[in-house]
Amino acid sequence: MQSAISIQNLSKHYADNQALKSINCEIQPGELFGFIGPDGAGKTSLFRILTSLLLPDQGQAKVLGFDVVSDYKAIREQVGYMPGRFSLYQDLTVEENLKFFAGVFKSNLAENYYLIEDIYQQILPFKHRRAGKLSGGMKQKLALSCALIHKPQVLLLDEPSTGVDAVSRKELWEMLHKLKMEGITILVSTPYMDEAAKCDRVALMQKGKILSIDTPTNIIKAFPHTLGAVKSPLMNPLLQVLKQSKLIHSAYLFGENIHVVCKLGIDFVQLEQELISKGVVEWQYQIINAGIEDCFMELMNK
Amino acid sequence: MEIAISVKNMVKKFGDFVANDHLNFEVYQGEIFGFLGANGAGKTTAIKILCGISSPSSGELMVAGYNIYKNRDKVKKSIGYMSQKFSLYDDLSIAENIEFYGGIYGLSRQIIKQKTAEYIHELALESYEKMRVIDLPLGIKQKLAFSVAVIHQPKIVFLDEPTSGVDPITRRQFWEMIYREAANGTTVFVTTHYMDEAEYCNRVSIMVDGRIEALGTPSELKNQYSASSMEEVFIHLARKATRID
Amino acid sequence: MKDFIIKEFKQIFRDYRSMIILFGIPIAQVMLFGFALTLDLNDAHFAVLDQAKDEHSRKIIEKMDASSYFILDRNLNSREEIQKVFEGGVVREVLVFKPGFSENLDKTASTELQIITDASDPNTANMMLNYTQAIISNYEQSLLLAHGKQVLIIPETQFKYNENLKSVFMFVPGVITIILMLVSAMMTSISIAREKEMGTMEVLLVSPIKPIEIVIGKVMPYLLLSFVNFLLILGLAFTVFKMPMDGNMLLLMAEALLYILMALSLGILISTVSNSQQTAMLLSMFALLLPTILLSGFIFPIENMPSILIYLSHIMPSKWFIIIIKDVMLKGAGLKEVWFPTSIILFQTVLFISLSIKKFKIRLQ
Repeated sequence: MQSAISIQNLSKHYADNQALKSINCEIQPGELFGFIGPDGAGKTSLFRILTSLLLPDQGQAKVLGFDVVSDYKAIREQVGYMPGRFSLYQDLTVEENLKFFAGVFKSNLAENYYLIEDIYQQILPFKHRRAGKLSGGMKQKLALSCALIHKPQVLLLDEPSTGVDAVSRKELWEMLHKLKMEGITILVSTPYMDEAAKCDRVALMQKGKILSIDTPTNIIKAFPHTLGAVKSPLMNPLLQVLKQSKLIHSAYLFGENIHVVCKLGIDFVQLEQELISKGVVEWQYQIINAGIEDCFMELMNK
Repeated sequence: MEIAISVKNMVKKFGDFVANDHLNFEVYQGEIFGFLGANGAGKTTAIKILCGISSPSSGELMVAGYNIYKNRDKVKKSIGYMSQKFSLYDDLSIAENIEFYGGIYGLSRQIIKQKTAEYIHELALESYEKMRVIDLPLGIKQKLAFSVAVIHQPKIVFLDEPTSGVDPITRRQFWEMIYREAANGTTVFVTTHYMDEAEYCNRVSIMVDGRIEALGTPSELKNQYSASSMEEVFIHLARKATRID
Repeated sequence: MKDFIIKEFKQIFRDYRSMIILFGIPIAQVMLFGFALTLDLNDAHFAVLDQAKDEHSRKIIEKMDASSYFILDRNLNSREEIQKVFEGGVVREVLVFKPGFSENLDKTASTELQIITDASDPNTANMMLNYTQAIISNYEQSLLLAHGKQVLIIPETQFKYNENLKSVFMFVPGVITIILMLVSAMMTSISIAREKEMGTMEVLLVSPIKPIEIVIGKVMPYLLLSFVNFLLILGLAFTVFKMPMDGNMLLLMAEALLYILMALSLGILISTVSNSQQTAMLLSMFALLLPTILLSGFIFPIENMPSILIYLSHIMPSKWFIIIIKDVMLKGAGLKEVWFPTSIILFQTVLFISLSIKKFKIRLQ
């Protein structure tokens, strides 16, 4: 089967900043694929190259078999793109925005309405409101509707969940799963590590490089250490003690716990003894499965 | 315990729209207070009022021991502020930014010099010293912005989504900086969309539709809503929102 | 494309600041120039070289002095003093009565009166002249009534400093030229820059819409609005300021459309090099508006400028457009007479359009 998106040795730099360093990646048709990494990882540059908005310095990228440089016109007819910042006309109403973008994509509202119906229903009560006056979650829904209006075969969403509250984020992922059912290939970038679990496959990115590409389950399986979640009523002093301990490979705050990895050959029983010797009494630990964020930090430190 | 912020029946209206509907809460000195809420719940409005940038429609407010109506200038001298969107001047160097903010708060030349050296050492900025802020990696920029926000040793520092988009390791280093600052007695008032960060706070409030729906320590809130994480608590509460802006 | 134009109109009408620029400023400017023109004359100082010193000359001087428009500043004794008194800057007009003023009037019923005006401010000069002539003809009337005698005092007018006095009607062509440049170039460049700033350009570029469609979509609404603006100023000129119209109205409109198109394509060209609204605004201000005002001959006569500026003025479309309007409106010129400036603007329009389509970026940088 031909890949929906094929990226080979792709590099891009701006002035003295290397945004992408020889990226390789294949994405299958119908996949919900996540590019996960902090700001500066190169996610936006990659998306702009894939949508033919930027020219790569080196390497090749194909979207639906079309080259991003020479076949840019064909690509522009086939992809839906939602840039990172809110990019609709703030002074037009919800409905006007949608109609305008339908026109720009030579489509009409009725033709593909079924595709956006679920999403658009939620903003329908505000269709006469100007887009600039919508809340973050609503804006996101409108932008998604506009990106979908021409029934693209590939949908690229650049950080759709950034700055959006947890509820809207949850709804967004529910919508993406429904769109996947329609057979649309979806590429999403996000700085939120926990969203990796919602993708079929993910690429973990950092400073222009891909650290790992796999299904979220396989990435977690590949975590090489035993991970302990440590808890204490006095978290910060405990963290300081752990960080200074020679037995510790890594210790990071993680919600209500501290995630601890011991050095090779050390187990938690030995750690317990050391902590007791240092006068830390009130603590408990539990061996847990790693999450994507644990894996990401482990890969970052490599 | 000493009270750093006291808010009683604070209301802020824009025409018919009630952005803050009778807010009541207290924040203690040296506490890390998480101020959570859905988009459009009224967080930003409340922070602007607490920082003295905006006036409430009604209510009693004490910030850093001063009445916000009568002593706005004193309040401003006792607080620091940092947000994800605006923190440092992109086209100035690290030292120039520190000098500028130190100057605003009336620090002497000598102290500014000393602080600059201190920050560059603490944050390991030696290799970035001559760079303009725009060329710094985001994580370093945010850590520096935080240091600058507390350069005048304020009683309270307000952090508006300080870690948005920052990598997971730097995010944790940032929180360790917050812990250190709080250990020195500074009150930290912070907003975030990362629910794991809500767990790092001493106490958390959650705003929905202009009202504070829940307030307590993370474990209290999790018990109260029989949830396993702060994310569940948040989604449980914010789902009830009826307002869209 | 239709959707694009509709969207553009909606955005224009929703931005009240643009609307103020669009319609408020032209009206304000026309009115400002208009009122500066009509209200200015108040106690203008004049001097007299009375070589006749007889009945009629004295009476005319008295009448002038008695009017609220003029104040007799001094009497001169010789022609040499005229130059000096103008250099002083206070006296703006000198009346010269030649010897035998009354004698000629009584005997031949006709005499000459020399009126010399400081025309460095052409509007005021013209006004002083008009008022002086009105006072003189008033005097003629009074003689007719008192003695039943028809006399004719022939004014012999002369302008100091600015001999070929720019017409009062200079300001209408000038305002039209500047406003059309301002509205067309500045507003289009800003509106494209705004799309870049807001990130909407990113989405447009990714869509199948062609650059030419974006350009036309941006140009059309402003073409129409600028034309309405042109008609508005013209209407004001006719009704409030009684501007004459000797030429063909259709020709004038066609020329205006051409000029607007030129300004719009210039605006698009500016937007291709500016990424923010602020840059677009400053570029239009400094690269377009100031040269338009300074080098079009609207306020500062080009003839008196250093030769380098004169050469520069030749490439200013505004200079040629002012010539066209003046010739068509005041001299009744047809296309035959204005073909040269017209072809210059036409050439520039084609140049700017092709440049801006060529420079319009299909990608981000």
